[in-house]
Amino acid sequence: MNALRAFWNRVRLFYESWPPLLRRLFVPALLVLFFILALVLPQAGVLNLYQQQVLIYVGINIILAASLNLVNGYMGEFSVGHAGFMAVGAYVASILTVWAFPRWGLGEYIPYLFPVALLLGGAAAGLTGLVVAFPSFRTRGDYLAIVTLAWNMIVKSVLENIDAIGGPRGFMGMQKLTTVAWVYVWVVVTIYLLRNLVYSNYGRGILSIREDEIASSLVSVDTRKVKITTFVVASFFAGIAGGLFAHIIQFINPRSFSILKSTDVLVMVYLGGIGSLGGSILGATVYTVLLELLRPLQVWRWVVGPLLLVLLMIFRPRGIMGMREWRFLVPREERSQAIASIKEHIRRKREAAAPVPVGGSSD
Amino acid sequence: MPLLRIRGLTHFFGGLRAVHDFNLDQEPGELIGIIGPNGAGKTTVFNLITGVYRPTEGEIFFNGHNLVGKRPDQIVSLGIARTFQTIRLFKNLSVLDNVRIAHFARTRYEVPAAMFRMPNYLREEAEVRERALELLDLMGLADQAEWVASSLPYGLQRRLEIARALACEPRLLLLDEPAAGMNPGEIAELMELIRWIRQQFDLTIILIEHQMRVVMGICERIKVLDFGETIAEGTPAEIQSNPRVIEAYLGEEAI
Repeated sequence: MNALRAFWNRVRLFYESWPPLLRRLFVPALLVLFFILALVLPQAGVLNLYQQQVLIYVGINIILAASLNLVNGYMGEFSVGHAGFMAVGAYVASILTVWAFPRWGLGEYIPYLFPVALLLGGAAAGLTGLVVAFPSFRTRGDYLAIVTLAWNMIVKSVLENIDAIGGPRGFMGMQKLTTVAWVYVWVVVTIYLLRNLVYSNYGRGILSIREDEIASSLVSVDTRKVKITTFVVASFFAGIAGGLFAHIIQFINPRSFSILKSTDVLVMVYLGGIGSLGGSILGATVYTVLLELLRPLQVWRWVVGPLLLVLLMIFRPRGIMGMREWRFLVPREERSQAIASIKEHIRRKREAAAPVPVGGSSD
Repeated sequence: MPLLRIRGLTHFFGGLRAVHDFNLDQEPGELIGIIGPNGAGKTTVFNLITGVYRPTEGEIFFNGHNLVGKRPDQIVSLGIARTFQTIRLFKNLSVLDNVRIAHFARTRYEVPAAMFRMPNYLREEAEVRERALELLDLMGLADQAEWVASSLPYGLQRRLEIARALACEPRLLLLDEPAAGMNPGEIAELMELIRWIRQQFDLTIILIEHQMRVVMGICERIKVLDFGETIAEGTPAEIQSNPRVIEAYLGEEAI
């Protein structure tokens, strides 16, 4: 562990010795490089279909975990029905690409319209999120857990009972539109947007609700509005993940979106760490890959998830990355250097004006 | 015209009458102290003014606005901020973030603007960042701006709570036992601080306090509560010699 830390420190020192421009371009360059790899590697046959599929699941799970983290980690509420919103996104996006687009004479453009289908799926999920959030946030506490649990069950039974979309048999006919490159793009966009939200004053409002809801409202945070908005945003991204999911397995049925799926996402969030997007990336990746590696254990591998959760709660209740963030995910203007330069600016301005009479601990 | 006008404020917790017929007229700039034994209903008065509880009866007018029935965040936006008897900072957030949250109601950009880093978002965030740091600098907390709030020593946590309340840009500041748990040195510093922020930020203040030294030292007018009733009102000198106050504090035997 210590050797690892020492190595990491050395890497960091090396990175910090670069000229500023190079450092500024490093993360974007890396992101572009990964995109090219995501585009080229499957085509070149370096990644076989199975490996591609695992990568795609990792990406989808990152979107699910990061969005649920917004509600459960950042806001400190407890939602357990994320798969319900995923289902809405999956069915809406599928109906669009299988029925609606061809009927509107857009059949040949479907691969290009895929993002539109995903966004509309997300929007539908966000809308249902609004419907769920509106009554749920009248009170605080376990109420949301119960409502979202019920919501997940309702979605499943409604889908099972609508024959037009296959009922319990499921819905199929989707093209295989979800590629590694597409998932990669959606993951980057999701993490980028969520990061921007989290580091805004709106995001601080979300955090303050977790910390102390009464105090939060007494420093002017409209807690009800923040809670509803946050929940809608989280549902939206769950819907996007659902659309991506539907267009990789090309067959969805209501059972794919049961409480079990929601539980999986919960494990990823708490494994990776609450209140950390980096944590959600890590948690989703580790958990997804782990379950794949454990395939030889067959049914027994389903013991791993819960067991992991129990061990985690005992030894590291905040998860791997709990409340910490990877540096590259922190906006530049929020890093220590930027803050220090503003402080310096203020200090100089003050000294130029007049000496302050009272009020410093330095007095 | 008084800045704060309270008439017949009464509040019940079930069958318990926590506050009864509380009246107050506070002129702009005035510093009023509320004292009384434990359970006298002092904090309840604050909770009623700030909208945490809805009064059973009575009216509260602030600057011409009726506060009864308004949400706490709306009341803060009208210009009333407060601190808490037991420190209620956002413990796991940084000192800077604690102060920045108080700008919430004044942030005009919406969620999409934040997510896509629109120009108005960047501008407002930069503004809030600078103003918050400026306030921390004034309050002597700039060096600790990036600390997690819970890692501050007790005295500075109290100071941060006041800074957070000031960041709401209030006209009326409600201080709930700010000297609780402080040693005499810290109390002297606190009194100096209260005098200074009052002048600097042009504040009207209501102060709940147990430390007689603080109340008698800085308040112009004092109200004494006991079992929810107002038993006395007047200048510090009048209060000190009022037999009903002595009785409430020291018991009947002492007279």
